[in-house]
Amino acid sequence: MGPVGANEFLFLLQGLKWTALLAVIGFIGGGIFGMLIALIRSSRNAAARTASAAYIALFQGTPLLMQLFVVYYGVALIGIDVSAWLAVAIAFTLHASAFLGEIWRGSIEAVPKGQAEAANALGLHYVSRMKDVILPQALKISMPATIGFLVQLIKGTSLAAIVGFIELARAGQIISNQTYRPLLVFGIVGVIYFIICWPLSHFGTGLEKRMAKAAR
Amino acid sequence: MANSVIDQSTLISLEKVERWYGAFHALKAIDLSVRKGEKIVLCGPSGSGKSTLIRCINALETIQDGSITVEGQLLDGSSKAVDAIRREVGMVFQSFNLFPHMTVLQNCALAPMRVRGTSRADAEKLARKYLERVRILDQAEKYPAQLSGGQQQRVAIARALCMEPKVMLFDEPTSALDPEMVKEVLDTMISLARDGMTMICVTHEMGFARQVADRVIFMASGEIIEEAEPEIFFKSPKHERTKTFLGEILAHH
Ligand SMILES: Nc1ncnc2c1ncn2[C@@H]1O[C@H](COP(=O)(O)OP(=O)(O)OP(=O)(O)O)[C@@H](O)[C@H]1O
Ligand SMILES: [Mg+2]
Repeated sequence: MGPVGANEFLFLLQGLKWTALLAVIGFIGGGIFGMLIALIRSSRNAAARTASAAYIALFQGTPLLMQLFVVYYGVALIGIDVSAWLAVAIAFTLHASAFLGEIWRGSIEAVPKGQAEAANALGLHYVSRMKDVILPQALKISMPATIGFLVQLIKGTSLAAIVGFIELARAGQIISNQTYRPLLVFGIVGVIYFIICWPLSHFGTGLEKRMAKAAR
Repeated sequence: MANSVIDQSTLISLEKVERWYGAFHALKAIDLSVRKGEKIVLCGPSGSGKSTLIRCINALETIQDGSITVEGQLLDGSSKAVDAIRREVGMVFQSFNLFPHMTVLQNCALAPMRVRGTSRADAEKLARKYLERVRILDQAEKYPAQLSGGQQQRVAIARALCMEPKVMLFDEPTSALDPEMVKEVLDTMISLARDGMTMICVTHEMGFARQVADRVIFMASGEIIEEAEPEIFFKSPKHERTKTFLGEILAHH
């Protein structure tokens, strides 16, 4: 058995850096495309609505691991040579956009109908109606679910290990193999995940409670 | 044209307007013409189509047959016509529908900025003018949730006025209010009427109807059953359904 010292810990932190980066990329990319999906999903065009519903169903109905594989090997198959980084970023973006799209569609629909009517009666067009009136309220409604999904996404980044990514979980595995102290190492890894995810979860449920109270 | 004199003073005209919800006939051959400056009170039992009728005028509802013209602009289904008409028509809802994430001032300044392209400074000046007009300027920096129902409804009136409409539509503006707040909203509407605003008000406030209406229109089952000056309407209603309705309404008040 080897010691788990500063070097090993630094290696884990290196892994954490990738975990955070993957989560941020997934969240930003997924946020942008997810907003598009949500807008299309709540648009008036029936064909576009069906297409976006199918997109959401596809990504919600298959494991993230499979999505990673398909994008990782699929992109190579088409003959485009992309780095593992780009492939994984694309996969996480697609995955997150489907989930965030569905969460935000729900919250757009949860904004009382009178809001859009008042905006219409004032002559506001689609962009202003959405940007100024509907989305600020929808995003507020969606906050608990959005944060909940972010926590899932952070944990989900561990799957990127499967295509060779040394993120936090994979880094733990490597250190564990070197030091033969799996319990200690994965204990530390677990604590790191917890330190990041728990405050977020806590913040999310706190928001939810506050909003439930305000709605009463 | 032979009737150009009439055209001049006609602001809104509905001809043979039909609206169906599936198999349900909500508006049946509605003919209605509103002159500039005229105040109309629309009443009738629940489900008679009052809301549907006034919501057709600013294209919140579409019609299946007939025609609607506002200020010479025919609502022909084009978005250009919808835009043009909504610029001339303000609307006040039963449930206020203020934007809860904006202050009172922002609520009022939004449409002038986004629809007319007014600068923020000018839009806020306009907003203050109309908030003053409904006597609520002192609440300009508050959020709707911080105001009473009556105050919120007055803000909603100011918000609509900021677009400087030629007609105001009111859909039961006092029905959601506690009794003690009804008066402040009615007073605001009365003062608007005195200033010559053209108004169509769906309301069961018969005192208001007596005081400001040029015409009271009674609807039932999607049809205009009877219309008359308030004096005549209340004193000697012709139709049996009108009498029954007035009996019920007056028993309540
Ligand atoms: N979107 C809709 N889908 C189906 N039916 C509708 C819809 N909107 C209105 N209706 C029906 O049309 C009829 C007229 O409705 P409307 O809201 O115009 O009545 P109203 O006279 O304003 O009644 P109230 O006094 O209750 O507000 C009602 O029977 C209602 O059920
Ligand atoms: Mg109604």
